[in-house]
Amino acid sequence: MKLEGQVRIPSGCAISAVISRDGRKMSGDAIIKSMIPMHDRSNGLGGGFAAYGIYPEYKEFYALHIFYNDNSVRMECENLLKDGFEIIKSESIPIRKTPKISDVPLIWRYFVAPMSSVLSRLHVDEKEYVAETVMKINSRINGAYVFSSGKNMGVFKAVGYPEDVGYFYRLDEYEGYSWTAHGRYPTNTPGWWGGAHPFALLDYTIVHNGEISSYDANRRYIEMYGYKCTLQTDTEVITYIADYLLRKQGLTLEETASVIAAPFWSTIENKPEEEKKKLSYLRTVYSSLLVTGPFSIVLGFEGGLMALNDRLKLRSMVTAEKDDLVFVASEESAIRAIAPDATNVYAPSGGEPVIVKVKEGKY
Amino acid sequence: MAINYVNPEFEVIRNPNRCIACRVCERQCSNGVHSFDPETGTMMADETKCVDCQRCVTLCPTRALKIVKNECQLRENANWQQDTIYEIYKQAGSGGVLLSSMGNPKPLPVYWDKILINASQVTNPPIDPLREPMETKVFLGKKPTKPERNPDGSLKTELAPQLELTMPVMFSAMSYGSISYNAHESLARAAEALGICYNTGEGGLHEDFYKYGANTIVQVASGRFGVHEDYLSAGAAIEIKMGQGAKPGIGGHLPGKKIVGDVSRTRMIPEGSDAISPAPHHDIYSIEDLRQLVYSLKEATQYQKPVIVKVAAVHNIAAIASGIARSGADIIAIDGFRGGTGAAPTRIRDNVGIPIELALAAVDQRLRDEGIRNNVSLVVGGSIRSASDVVKAVALGADACYVATAALLALGCHLCRTCHTGNCNWGIATQKPELVKRLNPDIGSQRLINLMTAWRHEIMELMGGMGINSIEALRGNRLMLRGVSLNEKELEILGISHAGE
Amino acid sequence: MKRVYVNEKWCLGCHLCEYNCAFANSGLKNMAKLKGQKIYPRIRVEGDEKITFAISCRHCEDPICIKSCISGALSKTPDGMVEIDKSRCVGCLTCVLVCPYGAVIQDGDGAVQKCELCLKNSSGAPACVAGCPNNAIVYEER
Repeated sequence: MKLEGQVRIPSGCAISAVISRDGRKMSGDAIIKSMIPMHDRSNGLGGGFAAYGIYPEYKEFYALHIFYNDNSVRMECENLLKDGFEIIKSESIPIRKTPKISDVPLIWRYFVAPMSSVLSRLHVDEKEYVAETVMKINSRINGAYVFSSGKNMGVFKAVGYPEDVGYFYRLDEYEGYSWTAHGRYPTNTPGWWGGAHPFALLDYTIVHNGEISSYDANRRYIEMYGYKCTLQTDTEVITYIADYLLRKQGLTLEETASVIAAPFWSTIENKPEEEKKKLSYLRTVYSSLLVTGPFSIVLGFEGGLMALNDRLKLRSMVTAEKDDLVFVASEESAIRAIAPDATNVYAPSGGEPVIVKVKEGKY
Repeated sequence: MAINYVNPEFEVIRNPNRCIACRVCERQCSNGVHSFDPETGTMMADETKCVDCQRCVTLCPTRALKIVKNECQLRENANWQQDTIYEIYKQAGSGGVLLSSMGNPKPLPVYWDKILINASQVTNPPIDPLREPMETKVFLGKKPTKPERNPDGSLKTELAPQLELTMPVMFSAMSYGSISYNAHESLARAAEALGICYNTGEGGLHEDFYKYGANTIVQVASGRFGVHEDYLSAGAAIEIKMGQGAKPGIGGHLPGKKIVGDVSRTRMIPEGSDAISPAPHHDIYSIEDLRQLVYSLKEATQYQKPVIVKVAAVHNIAAIASGIARSGADIIAIDGFRGGTGAAPTRIRDNVGIPIELALAAVDQRLRDEGIRNNVSLVVGGSIRSASDVVKAVALGADACYVATAALLALGCHLCRTCHTGNCNWGIATQKPELVKRLNPDIGSQRLINLMTAWRHEIMELMGGMGINSIEALRGNRLMLRGVSLNEKELEILGISHAGE
Repeated sequence: MKRVYVNEKWCLGCHLCEYNCAFANSGLKNMAKLKGQKIYPRIRVEGDEKITFAISCRHCEDPICIKSCISGALSKTPDGMVEIDKSRCVGCLTCVLVCPYGAVIQDGDGAVQKCELCLKNSSGAPACVAGCPNNAIVYEER
């Protein structure tokens, strides 16, 4: 049987997210709890979390989380890292043993800074160099897989149900201002750790529920710009699209949403002149990055998140608020599990981005 | 030549119980096959003149006629087949190059028929085009590599000129001269009504049709027939024709008997002179020369029109396309070896060039490998026969398709492949007034509109089945395709998996 | 009133309209049964090498044929169609003489006949229009 990356695997899923607009730190308990009512939306073949603000003591450094098949691969990868990075700290990520999570690979964490000499020699900025290194490791070193590479944030994922994955990674011991979570229901994979969500590049993380029909159109386009879709999953390609549009093309979040879930031409036609020009421009220029098919995603980034549905709203997604907290989930039950008295429960329309940012200076 | 070695290809079968001797067949056959014998009061036929265009069959009010293959055959021989032998007889009789019309009829592989399309089941819902919006609009032209912003942070929304189409299909180049005034009027009116484009071909643009300019692509070919400033400015885009799928490596051929009246005036050449376009453009001997012509045409039209460069699909097409993409062209049109023609040397039509499916797959991948796919749009033709061919082409990576043979069929063409004689009984590939009038553009344009409307519906159905509601999400989406009966190499070039994988 | 009009620009001179007319008014089940018969169509194609067009009754506002009919066989329906009651026609052919279009014609039996827009036969609408291959004959309100 072919493994993930050798064959494309569609999957259905559950997603949940919580963020504090005041930058208040929360442990991972709440997000884990929110996933429990949605247990049946996953099938135990993948669960994961992204947490922002969890490494304040190392916030100047890129936190690389890497799966290794064995120690020889780890050596090979570390040698590659040493060529371009100063490694401040390297350790295995603390876990809690549980019978519900098996076939555990080596899970390492590095805090690194790209060497300025390397950056000036290659004429690339820091983020680009980190992104390229991630691509290089994931596509060239067999048995090593970087699954988190941002600053002051981290992704934790595994094969298993989300609540078990949270327990396994001891997420109750981390404190973050923004959390996203994912439970996976892949349809034809034996399950592979790297294939679980969130998917991440730099500080962008995506949790995604759905199966996009535009996959190969999106993939073949984004691969022109240095991305390598090694996993062949929707989430991977959406992450790269977000990185490309936000970081490389310099689009705003709203503009990015107007590309990924572009309004219908008939809708654009009825917009005021300036808006019409802008939307037509985005749709024409980035036509290959329109994502069709059902999806609900939460894009996490440093200082905020954006929730977005496909333009036909073929997947459920609701948002709600309580005080400084904003919740996003596949089902309202997930929100009620942790905030029974949440207000402003709202189902965003297809293609309508919900953007939540933490107050400036609070993260 | 005392003996004609070539037997009639067809036999006219007339059912005597049905024939009422109304003489419609006689009046409608420009080749003079049918005649009325007053002595017996019956119809006669001279089969040596029959081209199997089926005009008489179609118009016979009592369905008394059949045209069938002549059963009188040479002794069977797998190597020396009858067509081959007859070609030798013809050449031995005339000493000439064999001429043919329309696309390559040989049994070479049609890859479209070995590619199958995906549909959604369970994990992803199909979308119902009767109930949900389904978008087929495309913009052809160069896209910027990075957006620019105004000082206030808003996006600069000006783009290089784009060709806007309501569906990813256009009528490809057929010159006024090779086809009739009424055929051109039908195409122009249909293109306007459909919100797509038709293409003048290399024969210039009749002054009556300038009003359809917004839906017209004006072509500049190696003969430069009918090219002047107003002509260039008249269209929505300009196409430089470097080659044609039916006859790569040679220029257009229009026999002198089709250069009459308005055709001669529109082409700006004398009546009766053969219009033989040179094989190359004599100002383009290399890619850097092409760049100069592209920019000359842009200068001449104030950079308001996208420039298309049309080439035949030949062996090295990926590298050629890559060169064109860097030459300033906005759109590349590739014409496959099954593409049609009004007249081409038979040997070239049947033996030169490669299938469009492979050319498209190779070019799209090459442009992506070089990171320049967004610099140009890709239009493919030769031959796109149905909505499913369009969907497969778009999924392989095309932005739009060119159709010509299908459009002519809609106008009544029966593919008898004798366009070069100028005696088209359907009023399409002829300049004889009594034949031209057989194509009423009111009917012709409506039939083209019907055809494209039907295709658009089918495209939407197929897209909906795949869970795709916008054509751009299909473009280059090769995962939606699977091959059957294809070998590893073919699959590799097409960039698709085999069915079952 | 809807009438039959001809656009000579698109008339091919194929004469199909004549046969379609004759068949529609023949009461026959299959056109092939016209074989060997002389046909008396109510529409005729006229013209020369250069131009051809089909002619049939214009259903004039003020039909001179009706005025000239000595037996009252010709009359106008409330809709404006000029019709003929063959049982009253005495075959004097005055109408044939006066019709400026030559659209009233003798039939095979000595009476006259003319286009009645196929409203009285099984076609229900002009068969010449339905069968014209090039839309040269149309049936419309003008």
